[in-house]
Amino acid sequence: MSSEPIALTAVEELSRPFSEVLYSWVTTVDHKRLGTLYILYAIFFLMIGGIEATIMRIQLIVPHNHFVSPQLFNQLFTMHGTTMIFFVAMPILFGFGNYLIPLMIGARDMAFPRLNAFSFWLTAFGGLLLYFSFVGGYGLYGAGAAPDVGWFAYAPLTARTFSIGHSTDFWTMALLVSGFGSIGAAVNLIATIVCMRCPGMALGKMPLFAWMNLVMGGLVLLAISPLTAAQVMLSLDRFLGAHFFDTQAGGSAVLWMHFFWIFGHPEVYVLVLPCFGFASEIIPVFSRKPIFGYPIMVAATVSIGFVSMSVWAHHMFTVGMSAYGNTFFALTTMVIAVPTGIKIFNWLGTMWGGKLQFKTPMLFCVAFIFQFLIAGLTGIMLSAAPFNWQLSNSYFVVAHFHYVIVGAILFTIFGAFYYWFPKMTGRLYNEKLGKLHFWLFVIGFHLTFDFMHVPGVLGMPRRIYTYEPGRGWDIWNLIITVGVFFQIIATLVFIWNVVYSMFKGQPAGNDPWDAWTLEWSIPSPPPEYDFARIPVVRSRRPLWDLKHPEDPDWQYE
Amino acid sequence: MTQRDPKRVSNLPVGNQCAPTRYLPSAALFSVCSCFVFAQASQVPDIFKPASTPADLIHRLSVFVLVITGLIFLVVFSLLVYAVGKFRHRASEDGREPPQVYGSNQMELAWTVVPVLIVLVLFFATARVIHSIQQAVPPSGTIRVTAIGHQFWWEFRYPALGVVTANELHVPVSDPARRTPTFVTLLSADTDHSFWVPQLAGKTDLIPNRVNSLWIEPHETGMYVGQCAQYCGTQHAKMLLRVYVESPEQFSRWIAAEEQPAHSADAVAAGRQVFEKTACINCHAISGTIADGRFGPDLTHLMSRETIAAGAASNTHESLKLWIHNPDSIKPGSLMPAMNLSDHDLEAVTAYLESLR
Repeated sequence: MSSEPIALTAVEELSRPFSEVLYSWVTTVDHKRLGTLYILYAIFFLMIGGIEATIMRIQLIVPHNHFVSPQLFNQLFTMHGTTMIFFVAMPILFGFGNYLIPLMIGARDMAFPRLNAFSFWLTAFGGLLLYFSFVGGYGLYGAGAAPDVGWFAYAPLTARTFSIGHSTDFWTMALLVSGFGSIGAAVNLIATIVCMRCPGMALGKMPLFAWMNLVMGGLVLLAISPLTAAQVMLSLDRFLGAHFFDTQAGGSAVLWMHFFWIFGHPEVYVLVLPCFGFASEIIPVFSRKPIFGYPIMVAATVSIGFVSMSVWAHHMFTVGMSAYGNTFFALTTMVIAVPTGIKIFNWLGTMWGGKLQFKTPMLFCVAFIFQFLIAGLTGIMLSAAPFNWQLSNSYFVVAHFHYVIVGAILFTIFGAFYYWFPKMTGRLYNEKLGKLHFWLFVIGFHLTFDFMHVPGVLGMPRRIYTYEPGRGWDIWNLIITVGVFFQIIATLVFIWNVVYSMFKGQPAGNDPWDAWTLEWSIPSPPPEYDFARIPVVRSRRPLWDLKHPEDPDWQYE
Repeated sequence: MTQRDPKRVSNLPVGNQCAPTRYLPSAALFSVCSCFVFAQASQVPDIFKPASTPADLIHRLSVFVLVITGLIFLVVFSLLVYAVGKFRHRASEDGREPPQVYGSNQMELAWTVVPVLIVLVLFFATARVIHSIQQAVPPSGTIRVTAIGHQFWWEFRYPALGVVTANELHVPVSDPARRTPTFVTLLSADTDHSFWVPQLAGKTDLIPNRVNSLWIEPHETGMYVGQCAQYCGTQHAKMLLRVYVESPEQFSRWIAAEEQPAHSADAVAAGRQVFEKTACINCHAISGTIADGRFGPDLTHLMSRETIAAGAASNTHESLKLWIHNPDSIKPGSLMPAMNLSDHDLEAVTAYLESLR
């Protein structure tokens, strides 16, 4: 591998005046800088959402605890859910998409750089608006500042009768604003992937990460739009006396549920598809084999995209739909397990017969496969509508979706972070600290979320600020809370590793992993223009072809 | 009242408290019987210990689903563990790349078709249970109850029997030979709620402007706990729910007692006067008096209930007094206002309420 002189930007930046640095970042339209901003912004909110979760878990460590008031607890779970979905998971994935997609498809920037900056700042201001509610709004019965209607804000709790003050309006406006940001980002991703690929990169030769982002972008357009529409309707209800969801004036609470979940379920795939993309890039490199069944992986992704639009009402099995409605949504939900299963088998097929290198990114991806398998299986349990009548809105569901969002999505995000950290900073992270982070996080994750299934089965509903002793829930809640502290320590190790390695890490060179996609062909960190010469590719692994001229991929594809 | 334990704190958990101090000489016979039964009843609302037909059907389906998903887990997990152990890169190996395999159509076909077949099996099993629960036809002996969700308590009305109560539902046990299931119509007075007693049935939401229903057919007597399972506001956590499944005789005795108008004693006339002259009557009803409010629970037979404040406290002298004096100390954010009564009036009203057997 050639090691070229590396621009150590992190250190260089420190020597420039702060105002100049700030100005250059605020006005940037560079996809790499915007990607970095998205990621840093998301990590900041990850800390805040994590603190909220920790406070809730301390409150629930024993029955009848008085650590926080019911009013504050209700705000905490509302803010935790809203923050983690809209201001952590979405932005961090847009950040990686922004940073990596042009590099992977051999482009010099996104299709619409100024729209890109606009989208980021909308998302950023959305998050700040939400948190401004702690100062500017007040909630149920004047109970407090932040929204306290739950992250899916079921009507009629959001009606003026039940949610006086402005906390719900802050929630609505924050999601409206960041929703436009998400739509802008999705339009940009789609346009970039469709129009900006380098010569030779047919759709069928794109890295899988690009495919997953393409489908994700489409889902964002389809899913965020109804949410935005519903937020407008809710605002009309609250300010202009419309009656879409105001049950006291003949509105429909169930209508809100439909609007919310036609957004809410595709949203899960919006979050998880890019993560499938991470896994589909990382696992092959550390198995030293190409992805198994590339065309099938693409087909599975596209079919997940389609089917995910027809499963939303499985969040509503308990609202009294007809037997036929329940049967239909049970079927569509079960069907989505098939393409998802295909993906798991293809990752296993990629590892099979390889030479597995368990660097930190690979560890996170293997844990992801294991945890996503369990999340998928508990998902099948929840799709059996009658079983769902027991499990829905219990701690079992909370455990299930945290298995998806933490066990699958956050784990692959950590994996991706370690994998592309050398590319983004030009320096290697500390492998020992990375592994320490991994093992502490695995322990914490499993202590918390494995045992969270149990109180759900024992009848503990979610969103309760306290619970009765003697119901068999106490010990499980204690273990769950203990796990949280492992996760906190693990996250601190992660932050330390990032900060330390940014300044003191070993220089990474262009291609520390001996990888195969285009971003590894240019210096780390990439120069502003990315590619000095626009590359021409002939296969899905252009760098493999370069490194193995005697046995190039394009002979087989 | 003399037998009550004065030390019992108001908002202690009411979980395991069928204490003998509850056996008032004047208490109705059924509550004595029920305490014996309930003392043994499990307080863990475990969905895998069903005691009623719909919960039973769900339980059987869930075991089936668990077995299938368990098998899938074992297979895939073993493959993963094998791959991680077997194909680990070893330092002793040369630096050459492993054979580059791009895929296999046969394998892809296999792991598409097998999951499709599994999905079909699960789907038919699921559809069958959906049908048998949702499309069940009520037999002639069916008891009909209307449950109305309120922030943050349950109103239960037996329209055919003229009985109204709160938070503690009484139903008869069902004999397979003479079935007496209970069909519950679910309404809401304000926000969304969800009726969930895990050992009796799956949950169903109570949604304003909408009529839902569920049914239970318990086959074991006992007390079953549950609680609201749809976030409904500040005190969602303390919207607890009890179902007392009684023998047909116990149940008829309970109905007969509940059908009586409110007990009226001269000894508590002062308390009654305070009650009727304050805002109490705006929200609460006591049959046979001018109190006919419906925002709060019907108090006609308040003393027949073991708990107050939707299960947030046990129904003792001390907690009743505290509840009237300052509801927020038991259930912060509940919609019952503090009545600001003088000590004398507070004592009198409590005594009056304690006469409502």
